[in-house]
Amino acid sequence: MLRLENASIAMDDRFLNARFDLQPGARVAVLGPSGAGKSTLLDAIAGFRPLASGAVHWNKSDMSSEPPSARPVSILFQDGNLFPHLDLRRNLGLALRPDGGRLSSAQTDRLIGALGQVGLGGMENRKPGTLSGGQQSRAALARVLLQARPILLLDEPFAALGPAMKTEMLELVKDVAGRLGALTLMVTHDPKDARAFAEQVVLVADGNALPPVETQSILDNPPKALRAYLGAED
Amino acid sequence: MKAFNLAAGTLVAGMFATASAAEAPVLTVYAPDYFVSEWGPGPKIEELFEARCECDLQFKPGDLLPRVLLEGDRTEADVVIGLNTDVTKKARESGLFGPHRQDLSTLTLPLDWTDDTFLPFNYGHTAFIYNTEKLAEAPASFDALLDAPDDLRLVIQDPRSSISGLALVLWVQSVYGDEAQAAWEKLAPKIVTVTRGWSESYGLFTDGEADMVLSYTTSPAYHIIAEEDLTKKAAIFPEGHYFMVELAAKLAGTDQPELADEFLSFILSTDFQSMIATGNWSIPAALDKSGWPEGFQQLDLPEKVLFYSEDEAAALRDEAIEAWRRALSQ
Amino acid sequence: MAPRVVAIIAGLALALLTLGPVAAVLARANGLAALGAGDYQAIRFTLWQAFLSAGTSVLLAVPLARALARQNFRGRGLLISLLGAPFILPVIVAILGLLAVFGQSGILNQLLGAIGLPKLDVYGLHGVVLAHVFFNLPLATRMLLQAWLAIPDERFRLAASLGLGRWAYFIVLEWPLVVRILPGAFAIIFVICLTSFAVALTLGGGPRATTVELAIYQAMRFDFDLGRAAALGLVQLALGLGAGVAALRVSLGQGFGIGRGRVVPRWDSRGRKALDTLVILAAAAFLLVPLGMVILRGLPGLPMLSGGTLQAALHSIGVALVSTALCLLWALPLATRRGELLSLCAISVSSLVLGTGLFLMLRPFVNPFVMALPVTALVNALMALPFALRILRPEAEALTQDFGRLRATLRMTPLAWFRLVYLPRLRRPLGFAAGLTAALAMGDLGVIALFADPDRTTLPLQVYRLMGSYQMKEAAGAALLLLMLSFALFWIFDRGGRANATS
Repeated sequence: MLRLENASIAMDDRFLNARFDLQPGARVAVLGPSGAGKSTLLDAIAGFRPLASGAVHWNKSDMSSEPPSARPVSILFQDGNLFPHLDLRRNLGLALRPDGGRLSSAQTDRLIGALGQVGLGGMENRKPGTLSGGQQSRAALARVLLQARPILLLDEPFAALGPAMKTEMLELVKDVAGRLGALTLMVTHDPKDARAFAEQVVLVADGNALPPVETQSILDNPPKALRAYLGAED
Repeated sequence: MKAFNLAAGTLVAGMFATASAAEAPVLTVYAPDYFVSEWGPGPKIEELFEARCECDLQFKPGDLLPRVLLEGDRTEADVVIGLNTDVTKKARESGLFGPHRQDLSTLTLPLDWTDDTFLPFNYGHTAFIYNTEKLAEAPASFDALLDAPDDLRLVIQDPRSSISGLALVLWVQSVYGDEAQAAWEKLAPKIVTVTRGWSESYGLFTDGEADMVLSYTTSPAYHIIAEEDLTKKAAIFPEGHYFMVELAAKLAGTDQPELADEFLSFILSTDFQSMIATGNWSIPAALDKSGWPEGFQQLDLPEKVLFYSEDEAAALRDEAIEAWRRALSQ
Repeated sequence: MAPRVVAIIAGLALALLTLGPVAAVLARANGLAALGAGDYQAIRFTLWQAFLSAGTSVLLAVPLARALARQNFRGRGLLISLLGAPFILPVIVAILGLLAVFGQSGILNQLLGAIGLPKLDVYGLHGVVLAHVFFNLPLATRMLLQAWLAIPDERFRLAASLGLGRWAYFIVLEWPLVVRILPGAFAIIFVICLTSFAVALTLGGGPRATTVELAIYQAMRFDFDLGRAAALGLVQLALGLGAGVAALRVSLGQGFGIGRGRVVPRWDSRGRKALDTLVILAAAAFLLVPLGMVILRGLPGLPMLSGGTLQAALHSIGVALVSTALCLLWALPLATRRGELLSLCAISVSSLVLGTGLFLMLRPFVNPFVMALPVTALVNALMALPFALRILRPEAEALTQDFGRLRATLRMTPLAWFRLVYLPRLRRPLGFAAGLTAALAMGDLGVIALFADPDRTTLPLQVYRLMGSYQMKEAAGAALLLLMLSFALFWIFDRGGRANATS
């Protein structure tokens, strides 16, 4: 269980407060207006931003002061998820050998298998620059599979993709998260993404990240903060 | 990678260089940097001396006296060669040098030399050198130089960074005394520039940037002998020329006293003396004129030689430099 | 964490090599000596000439870099490479080359004389500035050029679609760039000019142009007054530190990278062609004609080169390569603001104080003669460090910014990061930095005076030895060889950094 315990995160000129629990394996959308602190929330969970006060627990152990690399978290950013000068084998291999060493044959098999699972079979020698945007996202997801961590954070990694491609990727994320049994938090602007992907929604607005609510009910009957945002969206 | 190996090899070779010549007793001689180039006197001195001493003479080039003073009584040097009179006072006061115990009666210097520590091996005089093809009529006296038109272009060395530059200010001081600053003021418009050392000045002169360069009376000998070029001459002034002598000395704490003594007596030997003229482009300190190479016998040399003892020079130096600085800073 | 430890070790080594020698000289001197009136005059002149030299260099670099950035022409790449050559000339050679053009009987005055105009007198403060600009204008230009080329295309399109006038264009696009780059460029050139000695004296025409470095030389070599030398050395260090702090505070720390690749088609190049051509031609003439004179003077001497000179050339290449490796190893962990400041201090220490201090430090442990080449390699690496850092730091910081989070989430080990990301991504700036370091290490005489080794001389030292023995022609030939080798090393490294670089 991921627990945000009276967590307070410093933003530019204010604080974002969060106090809720998320269950392992849940798929959660993080919704809210621009600048409300959605990415900030993910950064705090991943460890890129320190807490001003409070704590973040995973399965009862406090990881608030752990560096990002020590947390049970994999994360996909808006861009820069792959090293442009390394081929996919190298890029993905880092998930298995963070020291950059040679993969064993079993590890190589896993890597090839993961690429196959995201539909990139046979592309292990390609460099990211030679792939389409969707393919790059798939490659990054294949790496998430290999990292096999219990928490997956997605900071709008598909924002630049077309609608059809995005739907495909959300299905793939569902698939990957399901295989790993990972708690998945995805920042999005689009309520449709939330409906398609998430069981629960965390609403970030007015300096608070509110406890998760079931997707269907919150979107059918949006609270005031969300209504303003959705209205502006339509 | 190959280049890198080469580099590493060079460095490693450097580390172990001194280990090889261990057999024969080693005489360590500190010398000025130019001494050891293949064009300097070092290689010939080494060859001649090793032929007679059954020892290994090793030159260590670099800043002579600063280095000995920094090392103090732990210095490796047995002998130093190439000191100038500007530093003898400081060297003597350090107590690091011992008596040379050589018979000075064979010296053929143009003045009396009685120093029992510093032994002369060659000499010359400060002089302005010119090219007869470019400057038909050189000033015939120091006064004439001062009164020469201002388009006569001179290049000199800085007395604060160069021995010849220092000798020049002492030269002006000894010719003009209290009037030194006035003399410098007359000279100032003719001085194109002042360089850090002799090499830059001489380079500028050979490039044609100046009509006359402060150098030595012996400089034309190089051009006569090595280049068969008779156009470079020293302007000789009846007021006299400042005496420049190069000296050798023995370290008091040497662990090779016999070898050091042998080296000092070798310095005054005919072998050394007849080599040094063309070896160091200076006049031998202990050889009659008849023994000089022909090019040296042709040189125009001054009748009158000016020289300050080290105590006089020390007393006058700051004032002489200051007169130079004031006049040239205006 | 390991990288931190490496950075601390690198920093400590740098501080030890900068402050250690000053402290060693001080300890030996039994304290500082008071400065005299002449010293204050020297300090004033040193500051003033360094200020003018650095200011003129960076101001002239603005139109030149702009012209090179927006005009494309045949031979542009070669010209930009060649413009770097003055920077790597040994001082004595550069002086003779400059005076062959600007001196009393130089080309310029011969031309003026031929058309009946009065002669120009190069000697004076303006001569000092002229010489320092000759050395440093190329450096400032490359710093700016890189930044110019890094302005994203979109900005130019935006400016074009807005139809910005020249003034607006300057204020919107170019001025921010200038403010960002110039302070750093100014600082590094200012610090280089602080320790000028032979150039300032010769081009300055005499004792009016007395610098602190000359005063140190006098104290050290003539008076053996270590207390005064140390005091003056500290003054230099303080001035360099002050300049560094001020510049780093003002600038945002962009480096000069590898500004010579592409020319993007720009809308701003039209209508400025005449002006740009004029600027480029003037700069090329100013920088390349003296260089041409060095080549002309040296050509007759090339066939005369003796075995000793060729041997010296080999030693110099070896030293240059070791210096380069050392400098890059040193620079990588120090590519931070603090590291850069520290390295600026290092080059503001007088090489005489540095040499004497190192001698005093090493003397109890090893024979200094044997250490001649290693010490030269070390000191040359030290002297090239600020340049390497200026090149590497912005790119290294950008890399951390772009991929630092990915690195953390992947749990990459420091070594894997270094090997798989850092080195490959920094290949271009590393190549450029390596080229510059190698060239500098070839040309720099460094601190060898107290450490000279009779059998293993370097090429610059050989040039001085030859001149000291009346061998002016061979010296000129050796200088030309030095120039060619330095330039070749620079070109090979710079080139190597740019070959096969994908994405």
